[in-house]
Amino acid sequence: MEGVLQLQRQLIDYTTSLYNEGFLDDQFTQLQQLQDESNPDFVVEVVSLFFEDSERLLNELSKALDQQSVDFKKVDAHVHQLKGSSSSIGAQRVQRICIAFRNYCEEKNIEGCLKSLQQVKNEYSLVKNKLESLFKLQQQLSAACGSIPME
Amino acid sequence: MSVTMESCNCVEPPWPADELLMKYQYISDFFIALAYFSIPLELIYFVKKSAVFPYRWVLVQFGAFIVLCGATHLINLWTFGMHSRTVAVVMTTAKVLTAVVSCATALMLVHIIPDLLSVKTREIFLKNKAAELDREMGLIRTQEETGRHVRMLTHEIRSTLDRHTILKTTLVELGRTLALEECALWMPTRTGLELQLSYTLRHQNPVEFTVPIQLPVINQVISTNRAVKISPNCPVARLRPLAGKYMPGEVVAVRVPLLHLSNFHINDWPELSTKRYALMVLMLPSDSARQWHGHELELVEVVADQVAVALSHAAILEESMRARDLLMEQNVALDRARREAETAIRARNDFLAVMNHEMRTPMHAIIALSSLLQETELTPEQRLMVETILKSGNLLATLINDVLDLSRLEDGSFQLEIRTFNLHALFRELLNLIKPIASVKKLSVLLSLAPDLPEYAVGDEKRLMQIILNVVGNAVKFTKEGSISITAFIEKSESLRDPRAPEFFPVPSDSHFYLRVHVKDSGSGITPQDIPKLFTKFAQSQSLATRNSGGSGLGLAICKRFVNLMEGHIWIESEGLGKGCTAIFIVKLGIPERVNESKLPFVPKVPTIHGRTNFPGLKVLVMDDNGVNRTVTKELLVHLGCDVTTVSSGDECLQVVSQEHKVVFMDISVPGNTDRVTKENCLRLGMDGVILKPVSVDKMRSVLSELLDQQVVFGAQ
Repeated sequence: MEGVLQLQRQLIDYTTSLYNEGFLDDQFTQLQQLQDESNPDFVVEVVSLFFEDSERLLNELSKALDQQSVDFKKVDAHVHQLKGSSSSIGAQRVQRICIAFRNYCEEKNIEGCLKSLQQVKNEYSLVKNKLESLFKLQQQLSAACGSIPME
Repeated sequence: MSVTMESCNCVEPPWPADELLMKYQYISDFFIALAYFSIPLELIYFVKKSAVFPYRWVLVQFGAFIVLCGATHLINLWTFGMHSRTVAVVMTTAKVLTAVVSCATALMLVHIIPDLLSVKTREIFLKNKAAELDREMGLIRTQEETGRHVRMLTHEIRSTLDRHTILKTTLVELGRTLALEECALWMPTRTGLELQLSYTLRHQNPVEFTVPIQLPVINQVISTNRAVKISPNCPVARLRPLAGKYMPGEVVAVRVPLLHLSNFHINDWPELSTKRYALMVLMLPSDSARQWHGHELELVEVVADQVAVALSHAAILEESMRARDLLMEQNVALDRARREAETAIRARNDFLAVMNHEMRTPMHAIIALSSLLQETELTPEQRLMVETILKSGNLLATLINDVLDLSRLEDGSFQLEIRTFNLHALFRELLNLIKPIASVKKLSVLLSLAPDLPEYAVGDEKRLMQIILNVVGNAVKFTKEGSISITAFIEKSESLRDPRAPEFFPVPSDSHFYLRVHVKDSGSGITPQDIPKLFTKFAQSQSLATRNSGGSGLGLAICKRFVNLMEGHIWIESEGLGKGCTAIFIVKLGIPERVNESKLPFVPKVPTIHGRTNFPGLKVLVMDDNGVNRTVTKELLVHLGCDVTTVSSGDECLQVVSQEHKVVFMDISVPGNTDRVTKENCLRLGMDGVILKPVSVDKMRSVLSELLDQQVVFGAQ
């Protein structure tokens, strides 16, 4: 029992820290709320979908910004997509950078765009790591006591 | 006869010897010599006696001169007879010396005599000076004396604040200092047209003596601040029949300004303007040869001024004493009134408390038993009767409650129960309550909440519900057909004001906001004259078309009280009969501290497993090209019980969409971040609503509700 409690405590602390540091926001909670018996792996599924989508988008963005003459409309479209997905799962920091990224696109500011791209990549890796750690903790806990407390 | 002339060294006397003459000459010379010798002795004696004699060497010279003269005359004694040559020689020497000394003395006297004369002059000068100083000393002493008198007089006068004492003391002291026969004070009457003899020194009972103020002599005295000599025969001086046979003493009069409180302005000193003066008349004793001296007149003038000041002080004191007495009286009266009011209120409260209980008990009985009766077997007539009894009972119960509430509100003993509550939920509940009633009357009810309306607020939920219910209830009651629309939003400064209450100005702050609710109905309307009456107790407008409304007339009055307690304002606008009316109220609500935003350290909530499905089987189509978003939105809707189909493009959407789909969610990607423009454009294109991602479950639920109810979404995030 001690181990379970400790794991629970760990999970709660970790989750809280993610919110405090701004990696996640309210939307993530919404997702967790949607998860129930009928759809027990909803969150993991959505997040995995997000990871795939984002990696694809980031590749596209790198390619687009590498061109001689940058097609800002296309870049903007990709960033918009990324913004949308990140806001849907509550990846707040990624979403914020996307907003700035879009501004740079509007201004057709190559320097800004490249900088934003780098930032987005960084943030994305960070949040990916965090979420993967979170899921691992949840798995451990569910293995230990058969249910994942959502606290 | 021949005289044998022997040759002798004798000198012949110059003249022939005549016995008698010679004898006289001999005696005279002797006496001269005597005198001449005694004079210096006398001189020496007297000079030695006196201390001051500056010219000692002169004395010596003079002494020598005299001695030599004496010696000459003495030696002359021997020359009357035959005398030897020695004697002649001595005589000659003496004479020569005498001559020298005499000349020297003569010369010296030329020098000395002017000096001596000037000494005399100086002596006379000094004597004059001394006399002058004496005179001045006399003057100063007199002045000092006068000053002392004045100080003493002033002290006496100022040592009292009683008007009569001041005046009496003045007269007494003046009389004593100046040794007057009579001293009188004439004060102006109330009308200001006459002077009345108010105080005298010797007269014990002054007759009510008045003289008109416009006499030339009086004007003369009043026009100057100096003491003026007046004739003893003028009216103010003729105080009693002349006692002495001789001349009456000289009379002097001086004005005494009576300073009024209102004369003390800060900027201008009371110079001229409407001033009242009293007259002080002083009479020297008759049959004495005394005259008024300058210093005495000065004394009188100074005293007159001092008296004026002292009188004004006395007047001020009187005034302030009177004011204080008045205030004390008022205080006592107010205190009594307050105690009476408190007693009255307590009596009323006791009465109400008793009546509250006493009235409610039978009311409950009536209502409870009537409802029970309703459940039993009844004939239609009986049923009708029981229903009427029940309705009346309920009305009466409401009336009693209202009266009690109102009385509690009026005497200020009412307290709002403040706590945090869900504002949105309140409105939803309102809708749930009103809808059935409205649909019975075939009225449509529209509720729209502003997007920035906070979900939670701090205030008295129950009373706010009461206010809204009352207002909306009235709207429903007085509308026969049409619609009722309720809009709630946050009051902004540019919102419309009540034309009748321009001073009400809500100012939001960090901790409070003002909720504004409009309830518009398409009912019978109200004439402009009746609008002010609406909020008064028990007043019902006669012109209202439907009179079976059952309103007690208290509802709006109570609403108004509650609204006022919430630091708000309520009013009704109507364009006239038949044109419906809009009730508007603004109340102040607090912003709860526990804010559901990601700024604060966030603790994820426990997700409640929603068993209930709000929209069972509702067919929804979701179009979104973003996989993640699609999945999330779909799950949201599934969670709410919808039957969701997803597509990822516009074309696919057109292919799939059908009549069955009640709601279609379309994701649109727009360049730029201007959401408002997007929203406007969408609405223009015929969209029923716009919501922005990310969407929460509650948000989705309310959006769907609104969509289904009103066919339109006002509340967009």
